[in-house]
Amino acid sequence: MNAPATLSRPIDRRSFLKMSSLAGGGLMLAFYFRGVTDLLAADPIVNASKDIPAGDFIPGAYIRISPTGAVTLISKNPECGQGIKTSLPMVVAEELEVDWKDVSIEQADLTPAYAKPWYGAGGSTSTPNHYDLFRRAGATARAMLITAAAQTWSVPESECYAQQSAVHHRATSRKLTYGELVAKAALLPVPDEKSVPLKNPADFRLLGKRITGVDNHKIVTGQPLFGIDTKLPGMLYAVYEKCPVFGGKPANANLDRIKSLPGVRDAFIIEGTDNVNGLMPGVAIVATSTWAAFSARQKLRVTWNEGKTATESWADWTAKAEEAAKQPGTMQLRKDGDVAAALKSAAHVVAASYRYPFISHANLEPQNCVAWFKDGGFELWSPTQNPGSGQQLISKTLGVPEEKILVHVTRIGGGFGRRLTSDFMVEAAAIAQRVNAPVKLQWTREDDLRHDAFRPGGYHFLKAGVDGAGNVVAWHNHFVTFGNTKDRPGSGGSLNGDEFPGRWVPNFHSEQTVFETGLPMGPWRAPGSCVFAWVMHSFIDELAHAAGRDPVEFRLALLGDKDVVPGTGERGQPYNAARMKAVVKLVAEKAGWGKKLPRGQGQGIAFHFSHRGYVAQVADVTVSQDGTLKVDKVVCVCDVGAQIVNLSGAENQVEGSIVDGLGAAMFQELDFERGRIVQSNFADYPMIRMPDTPTKIECHFLRTDYPTTGLGEPALPPLAPAVCNAIFAATGKRIREFPLNKTDLSWS
Amino acid sequence: MPKYTLHVNGQSRTVDVAADTPLLWVLRDHLELVGTKYGCGIGQCGACTVHLDGVPTRSCLTPVSTATSMQITTIEGLAADAAHLHPVQQAWIDLDVAQCGYCQAGQIMTAAALLKRNPQPTDTDIDDAMAGNLCRCATYYRIRQAIKHAAGMSDGAKQEAVA
Repeated sequence: MNAPATLSRPIDRRSFLKMSSLAGGGLMLAFYFRGVTDLLAADPIVNASKDIPAGDFIPGAYIRISPTGAVTLISKNPECGQGIKTSLPMVVAEELEVDWKDVSIEQADLTPAYAKPWYGAGGSTSTPNHYDLFRRAGATARAMLITAAAQTWSVPESECYAQQSAVHHRATSRKLTYGELVAKAALLPVPDEKSVPLKNPADFRLLGKRITGVDNHKIVTGQPLFGIDTKLPGMLYAVYEKCPVFGGKPANANLDRIKSLPGVRDAFIIEGTDNVNGLMPGVAIVATSTWAAFSARQKLRVTWNEGKTATESWADWTAKAEEAAKQPGTMQLRKDGDVAAALKSAAHVVAASYRYPFISHANLEPQNCVAWFKDGGFELWSPTQNPGSGQQLISKTLGVPEEKILVHVTRIGGGFGRRLTSDFMVEAAAIAQRVNAPVKLQWTREDDLRHDAFRPGGYHFLKAGVDGAGNVVAWHNHFVTFGNTKDRPGSGGSLNGDEFPGRWVPNFHSEQTVFETGLPMGPWRAPGSCVFAWVMHSFIDELAHAAGRDPVEFRLALLGDKDVVPGTGERGQPYNAARMKAVVKLVAEKAGWGKKLPRGQGQGIAFHFSHRGYVAQVADVTVSQDGTLKVDKVVCVCDVGAQIVNLSGAENQVEGSIVDGLGAAMFQELDFERGRIVQSNFADYPMIRMPDTPTKIECHFLRTDYPTTGLGEPALPPLAPAVCNAIFAATGKRIREFPLNKTDLSWS
Repeated sequence: MPKYTLHVNGQSRTVDVAADTPLLWVLRDHLELVGTKYGCGIGQCGACTVHLDGVPTRSCLTPVSTATSMQITTIEGLAADAAHLHPVQQAWIDLDVAQCGYCQAGQIMTAAALLKRNPQPTDTDIDDAMAGNLCRCATYYRIRQAIKHAAGMSDGAKQEAVA
């Protein structure tokens, strides 16, 4: 990525609107939309990052048509592999009636025009927040082009229609291309977005088809796209060493020696803050190339004040969790009926504890950011899922007003929630503030693995009862988790009292104990759900077997007769049991549930509702006598509403979620001792590779009349319990600890 | 600092860098060839895979001083020309393999070398050849299909995506 010819400065809303009206060479739609803010307001990730007033008018400028007929659509959500840079522009193109071959896509900078709805990638929110909005944007532009043509021909608009980047007059077969119409269309008043007709989905030409990613040609030919590929004239290269113990501060460092090394331009201590997800204290080295910076860092010697986190270890926490489970939880999450009495009268009582470690996001593109400090402001090029949060953090930490911080969002080499945290951006900015040049901060793999916003580990101590008829009558869970304070679990470490089967079991008690830790935590793909689904659906499977019932039939009975079960409390989400039962029934049918298998082979089922999606999966596994696991087949059924936007992208998300979910379950584990992460790189932090990929993945979408929602996350949570339940069916061995390789699966 | 002349994608390029500089960083920082990616720096992820005299090699572990006598091919030089992609590159587009796309240059370089020495690989051959390349988005399922597609062995199960 080379420097743009002129480096623009941040623009305020007023100047944005003015600029739009001056875009006389073509049609640029800059108009206001009422946003889909209720969905946003319900999202914890969005809530944490942006305050969006309900009913606010939201400006959007997503379409540019030039007199040559070239159509540029703006992508305003970060592309981190979820395919949004292809799928959302498809929504605009569908309603605009342009030929996809004529379309090119530009990634928006974070400017006020694109700040709302949330400019971010998280919580699988991009599709639900923009689907209707972008349909209306495309339809509005189409309406204006039709009006322009009708006026040109002096015919009623009703006699005209748009198709393939042109407006046609039915009666006379006359045609004007969009390029020929833009000059006139640009002078027309923008109609009320609610008055423009939307297409009948039965007439969609583009949505629902398989469309290859818009950056694929650049990806396969190695063109610059990612944050790490950014290069500006005169750019310097930086590394930043932080204390291996979270929260530790540098007391002193051999800075004079470092500054004397080849290629090193500067080295300095940054005092930083106490925010473990913000600017941590450390030592910066600035050099003329990445390798010069990496090499100098090998010779860096820092004396650290390690701080209080140096007393923490995972082994100690595990022992403390066992103790905590004997006491009441520090937070009561849900209490229905009388669990103790129901357990006493139950026909079968099952008790089990489940645990999972902290893990890393391990984005393959290590964190990096280019920052340039000049004229009292910053310009950044960042692979970020959350540019606004980065802007705010930099503003607050470094005392520069937000309007003087412009963020260019690059393609992202893997998100998974890691880049919702903006530590790498504020570090780059803090270094750039001391350097009179653009500077690229480059984390090493070791930095990345050891200074993540980790998926919190946790422990579940469960006990439940089944009555003589095989129904679950009692459920108790004491969940032990982690937070940076005792009263608040870390991001992705918080259990909701409504978590299934909360609301379905008459005597139900869920409580939580939070351990205060110095480790940074953050959302990891399908936060909470990525582990809770495994715990709950493994334990439900234990209950099905205790009750002597078929695991599918048992689950359908547990889901009960009510179609929609309301949520509890202010943030409670309704749960549509009818939608879930439909995907469970279909997945059982598609997977051939119930077939007789020899010992060593098994089928397992699980379902989960998260991120507005209802998903069920059946895994078929083979476990050899020596305990080697092979996942032969996974069948997945998703209900994410009425419309699949890009079928290829949707299937890719499901396939990736399944393999990623399997990898996290099989391999991923971080240990920490004396407040530092033990693992360092992929040699001691294994990730799933091709040989462990399931032989066959089958993906079905159940179309329903509900709104179209996202697919970045909801297909991941059911995978681990489906596989573990299949392992039990194959071997009789129940997996109660992640990663899977901690359990000996051999059988005889 | 010493000067090294490298033969990259059919061109001679001279750089002035420290002798221990990995080829990866010479390509990225000094030759503006950023398709080759940094992932781990220890040869574990394969994102930095290039061909040295046709052999897939981890450029993060290859000091520039050892690469001067070899023909270096990077992802930017894999296609004969811009209009004619290598069959593996074309298969990656046809089957829409990439999610984030960061690892895919390394995957493609490894897959292209596999098909050169074994034009009709079995599933096991593919798994063995590709096991050194990590994909964090876990697109392995599609990578397998795309390699077969490039080899003309498609079972017809996967429909192509529209470009």
